[in-house]
Amino acid sequence: MEITCKINNVEKRLVFEPHERLLDVLRREGYDGVKNGCSAGDCGTCTVIVNGRAVKSCLMFAAQAKDEEITTIEGIGTDENPHPLQQTFVETGAIQCGFCTPGMILSAKALLDKNPNPTEDEIKRAIEGNLCRCTGYVKIIEAVKLASMRMGGRRK
Amino acid sequence: MREFKVVGKSVPKVDAFSLALGKPLFADDIELRGMLHAKILWSPHAHARIKNIDTSKAEVLPGVHAVFCYKNVPRVIHTSAGQGWPEPSPYDIVMFDNKVRHVGDRVAAVAAETEEIAEKALRLIKVEYELLPTVFDPERAMDEGAPVIHDEPDCKYIIPVFYDPKHNHCAHIDLEVGNFEQGIKEADFVIEHKFKTHHEQHCSLEPHTCICYFDHAGRLVVRTSTQVPFHVRRIVAQCLQVPVRMIRVIKPRIGGGFGGKQEVLIEDVCTMLAMRTKHPVRLVYTRGEEFTSARVRHPMVMWAKTGVRKDGTITAIQLKVLSNAGAYGSHAMTVMNNTCAKALPLFHCENIEWIADAVYTNLIPGGAYRGYGVTQAAFPMGVMMDKMAETIGMDPVDFWKMNTIKKGETSPIFKALSETGKGVEMIVESCSLPECIDRGAEIFGWREKRERYKNQPKGPVKYAVGMSCMVQGGTVPLIDMASAFAKMNDDGSFNLLIGATDLGTGADTVLAQIFAETLDIPVEDVIVYPSDTDITPFDKGAYASGTTYLSGMAVLKTAEKIKEQILNVAADMLGEPKEDLRIENKAVISSKSGKRVEFSQIVKRALYSKDQFQIAAIASELSRLPPQSFAAHFAEVAVDTETGQVKVLSYVAAVDCGTAVNPKLVEGQVEGAILNGISYALTEEFFFDDKGRMLNPSFSDYKIFSAPDIPKITTILVPSYEPTGPYGAKTVGEVNINGPLPAISNAIYNAVGIRLCDTPFTPERVLRSLKEKEKKGQTGQR
Repeated sequence: MEITCKINNVEKRLVFEPHERLLDVLRREGYDGVKNGCSAGDCGTCTVIVNGRAVKSCLMFAAQAKDEEITTIEGIGTDENPHPLQQTFVETGAIQCGFCTPGMILSAKALLDKNPNPTEDEIKRAIEGNLCRCTGYVKIIEAVKLASMRMGGRRK
Repeated sequence: MREFKVVGKSVPKVDAFSLALGKPLFADDIELRGMLHAKILWSPHAHARIKNIDTSKAEVLPGVHAVFCYKNVPRVIHTSAGQGWPEPSPYDIVMFDNKVRHVGDRVAAVAAETEEIAEKALRLIKVEYELLPTVFDPERAMDEGAPVIHDEPDCKYIIPVFYDPKHNHCAHIDLEVGNFEQGIKEADFVIEHKFKTHHEQHCSLEPHTCICYFDHAGRLVVRTSTQVPFHVRRIVAQCLQVPVRMIRVIKPRIGGGFGGKQEVLIEDVCTMLAMRTKHPVRLVYTRGEEFTSARVRHPMVMWAKTGVRKDGTITAIQLKVLSNAGAYGSHAMTVMNNTCAKALPLFHCENIEWIADAVYTNLIPGGAYRGYGVTQAAFPMGVMMDKMAETIGMDPVDFWKMNTIKKGETSPIFKALSETGKGVEMIVESCSLPECIDRGAEIFGWREKRERYKNQPKGPVKYAVGMSCMVQGGTVPLIDMASAFAKMNDDGSFNLLIGATDLGTGADTVLAQIFAETLDIPVEDVIVYPSDTDITPFDKGAYASGTTYLSGMAVLKTAEKIKEQILNVAADMLGEPKEDLRIENKAVISSKSGKRVEFSQIVKRALYSKDQFQIAAIASELSRLPPQSFAAHFAEVAVDTETGQVKVLSYVAAVDCGTAVNPKLVEGQVEGAILNGISYALTEEFFFDDKGRMLNPSFSDYKIFSAPDIPKITTILVPSYEPTGPYGAKTVGEVNINGPLPAISNAIYNAVGIRLCDTPFTPERVLRSLKEKEKKGQTGQR
């Protein structure tokens, strides 16, 4: 099969077998920030943003990405110009092993894009589908709050 | 307390930024030309002999390059435990056997051009099993006539310890200090309880991953998600029957370990497939395989008996331990030993008896898991302490303070036993546990909350608080060794090559801080390169809470040697005696003349100008004693008596890990360990059917906590100064996972009057206990 879609603001032509998942195709195309932790939609390490929504790319056929806009961790910030969430995750100590980090940051970004000033409960719910075994989530929640503040949310 | 420039500062993790950007840093983030994909065929039976296995159809499937089973690989009996040599675990496993001992045991493996072809090939393998009787209950495993799980003649320990596989008896040790029976006679009250702890999976988000390929000399390069690269090198060489020099192990960034990756779980078969096919081979576990074919925390049955006097003196402690090793004895003896060696030194008591057995069963094998036996023992001991305090009418805070080891004291256990056998005598030279208890209680509001919850609200939900204290010694003394190598570059920066293995814990950062502190340079000037068996010097690996303490001392000694060399060159450059010189802010300054020479000038002279040489050093450190880290934990719970649901509302941990080299990273270790512990106490559970099959091998059916589940967690660091550690540091990786089971159990008791001695504290178990309590007509005394 062959489709076109937009990945990180670049038009892409993807070729794959009909049964292949978006996760597999993205990793094959070099988007290594998309992780595979369970292949069952439970862990959230393969999270990407599709048309503004955080989705688990292991639960999506690649074919379903036709004409969609996909954002991976590689598309939201660079060494020179990181996304505020990437910055605050580093500063607050929200990253230990880092395997859950790309998915966690993308879920948080999808939240902040819609709701720049989330409550703590809203943050927790937004990252509910992203498991982390290292941090206990304390510093991850702190990182999202701090990014929300820096991005112009009203939180003090 | 000393003031430091870099140590004690929360500098960001050296790899955090790259991880935040999603850079390809993990084992599976490389793609090699011609790489094959490996898949493993697992046993559907808990105990069976393989009468025949026919791989012919799989072998001829287009795209298949190799099919392995017991018929075509060498039988090398070894242990999969990633421990130092000689390993204190039985040699009872081979790459493929003609017998399977648990559901999920290895039967065969395939390497093929795609994962799909490999999976198809597995389905073409025909296996004829002869089913054997099974034993799952550890209390039945040593019965006369119980099926013998390891009947192969070649299983053995390579160290002189008890081993009786004909009776499924994997390990036994007992010891007595003082006189336990006499201690019981001296008691005013004697308390006895039976406890059970359950299976737990590590749930590292990154599954076990190994990619094996070849270097320019045809050697095997093993890129693997491991905690123990040097042990992987040794054990892979053993399994493949090739010299160690043929193997290079590289540890990239690791997606969490928690003990699960202190195991040579997949590297043997992955490298063997590569060696035979001459192709790079990739082997990655699925999440399901993590649950059925990796390792777990050893479940244990424990009997505790203690004697206490009215004045609060504990006169006797007895702990009997029966550990369920599962089908293989990896880490069985050492985890069992830690239920005494690293758990009981916490207590003031002259008469201690400890009797421990580990037995084989036809369930998933146990292995290393954060806490390593101390988690299991801390549960009965924490509950017994609470019950003793209650019995004599003392506040648990006071009872714990009275009965726990203090600075300057020793415990006879230190000498009697270590993780591997004989212990070492030691005095506890740093301990702020009493302050931890006081400050934890104060910030938690212990006394206020106990007062408040004397009056429970109307309705089904009851509230209460509970506490427990814990210890965890770091390293295995006289066995664990770490080393570091460093060299100075043109610009005054340093390459720091360490065998130590950062799993996401922040070890690279902490060790860079220790190096930077010693040479008075910024952390940015330390380029850390970890865990590559060709390049970095040896380190025992990331386990036993050893990295900050032990690898930290190796790094400190390396930096001190470098400092000497720098001062020598500077003395010659300045024409002043070395004794007058000091290092300060990337330069050497003369205290006499005030003259100054920069590091970059010193190194340029050493490399290019005069008496040229490379400023470089290597140093090793052997652990001489296990530094004791302490914590006091406080839990506030709500128990719904209608649903049985237990909710942890708030949790306070006050922690003594010596100097916190990087406080933010220490907090991260504490918070992560606590949440893992709470999740283990309340929701994580293995369900097996009567055939020994695990019924819930997925994150949707094996519930680990996610963000909405977390209570309010408060971490308080209460420093002490450990004179044998780098800048006073001890260890922090494990100790805090030992608190939630006892603290929550004690809180549940205070809320609804049931002593939960079986884990986990699920709604079913809570309701059942409440019903039993009702039946017995006990009053809900608090």
